[in-house]
Amino acid sequence: MLISEGMEMTAGTIYLDNASTTPLRKGVLDAMMPFLTEGYGNPASIHPMGKAPRDAVAHARESVASLIAADPSEIYFTSGGSESDSWALKSVVLGPHSRGNHVIVSSIEHHAILNTCSYLRSMGVDVTYLPVDKDGLIDPAVVEDSIRSDTAIISVMTANNEIGSIQPIQEIGKIAHEHGVLFHTDAVQAYGQIDLNVTRDNIDLLSASAHKLGGPKGVGFLYVRKGIRLDPLIHGGEQERGIRGGTTNVPGVVGFGKAAELASISMRENSEHERMLRDHLVSRVLDEIPYTKLNGHPTSRLPGNANISFAFVEGESLLMSMAMKGICVSTGSACASGSLDPSHVLLAIGLDHATAHGSLRFTVSSENTMEEIDHTVEVLKEVVGRLRAMSPLYEDYLRNEVKEKG
Amino acid sequence: MYDGVYSEKVIDHFTNPRNVGEIEDADGVGTVGNAKCGDIMRIYLDIDHETQIIKDCKFKTFGCGAAVATSSMATEMVKGKTIQEALKVTNKAVMEALDGLPQVKIHCSLLAEEAVHAALWDYAERNGIKIDGLKRPKKDVHDGEE
Repeated sequence: MLISEGMEMTAGTIYLDNASTTPLRKGVLDAMMPFLTEGYGNPASIHPMGKAPRDAVAHARESVASLIAADPSEIYFTSGGSESDSWALKSVVLGPHSRGNHVIVSSIEHHAILNTCSYLRSMGVDVTYLPVDKDGLIDPAVVEDSIRSDTAIISVMTANNEIGSIQPIQEIGKIAHEHGVLFHTDAVQAYGQIDLNVTRDNIDLLSASAHKLGGPKGVGFLYVRKGIRLDPLIHGGEQERGIRGGTTNVPGVVGFGKAAELASISMRENSEHERMLRDHLVSRVLDEIPYTKLNGHPTSRLPGNANISFAFVEGESLLMSMAMKGICVSTGSACASGSLDPSHVLLAIGLDHATAHGSLRFTVSSENTMEEIDHTVEVLKEVVGRLRAMSPLYEDYLRNEVKEKG
Repeated sequence: MYDGVYSEKVIDHFTNPRNVGEIEDADGVGTVGNAKCGDIMRIYLDIDHETQIIKDCKFKTFGCGAAVATSSMATEMVKGKTIQEALKVTNKAVMEALDGLPQVKIHCSLLAEEAVHAALWDYAERNGIKIDGLKRPKKDVHDGEE
């Protein structure tokens, strides 16, 4: 797509896909700019050009660490959430410092975890996939029952990217520690959105990504509790205490630091606003559009996330119809991305295939307004009505209704 | 958005689908596809017994943008044709008429072809006739793929 075409889209667009990515928050680009221009030095350089970038990276490390009450020395910058996830799992299972040959993960993890697990399995590692209940939550008792003598690590995401459910990570981490097993959590969706504390929440390893909280794309970190020895995923120089090679992405890291700083100031206020918009959206949709259902836990969920099933209609055509009206949402159905299978998350919480195919995810940010939400609901009503009118499933349903009543 | 993924014609047929709806007392109805893959297509035919011409054709589809667009195009292409001519409306022809489909959506065009065939089969069965060149439709066009 030409950039100019993309720009045309921006005018009048309602963006409700903040779990996919967020725009840079105000102030982030300004913080980054000096390091894209005159402050181009390599932070590893001993000469004077290295000093400003080095100081800026150190400052950013403090900012991102403080958001999870970690020590800056426990933060290892990476290229993003997927690298952090891959690194965490691979390095505690494969290689010279393997802690065991068994990994426990939830069945609704992001593909960064699930596909890493497939790779590990191809290398002879055993993987246990924990089921979730209808709200998408893990039962900590099941976690405990799954632990074996050779379990190296338990990895359960803090909050799910599709349905927003927030897992009882504190309890899961406690169980892991009681059995001498490491606990990793993919906090890509949760970091900067909800209160996290690595000590209180019993977390050994945590993945986060900058672009989900108003930072730039291409930068994230892995938190590694002091005392845990990790082998590098990316071998190279002495950057990141010698376990993550590659010249530091200074502008990215600085932008991440700034976004974390802003989140620490405004997280509470922003999540209140998001929660209000989200609750308004959900209650209007469920009240005004029949045969709809909220997926994920009703209360233990990310403040900005709503995932709703619209019976008898298919997600991609819903998404396309919304997009044509300038509303950006996403679908649990991976149809558009090349797979014909519906979302593994929606199937795991027990939705049938047709319902899983007909689900949309709305993720609001503090930038969204009540007017935008109301407009979205009006457009949804029209679009769902139109698609149902052409749905053979709806026709069959109505016919059976008549039969049963008759 | 979907520029680059779908052609303008696909977008047009998705946005303004032709022949959506049902035909009351249709001469033939065919439903194909399954919910697992996310596409279900139903075609209704109104056929003139004398001339064997498809006088009217309507559809209902649960599915992605390509599924809706191929249904719409297929109904356009078989309407007004004789049964024998309609049998020559292949998935390839539907796809070409839409200026192509992304690789992962080719099965949608197959579904449209099968839905027409299923409706014709239904017509033949109801009337106790045999249509030359028409095979019993697969219950599910994804059968062979899994």
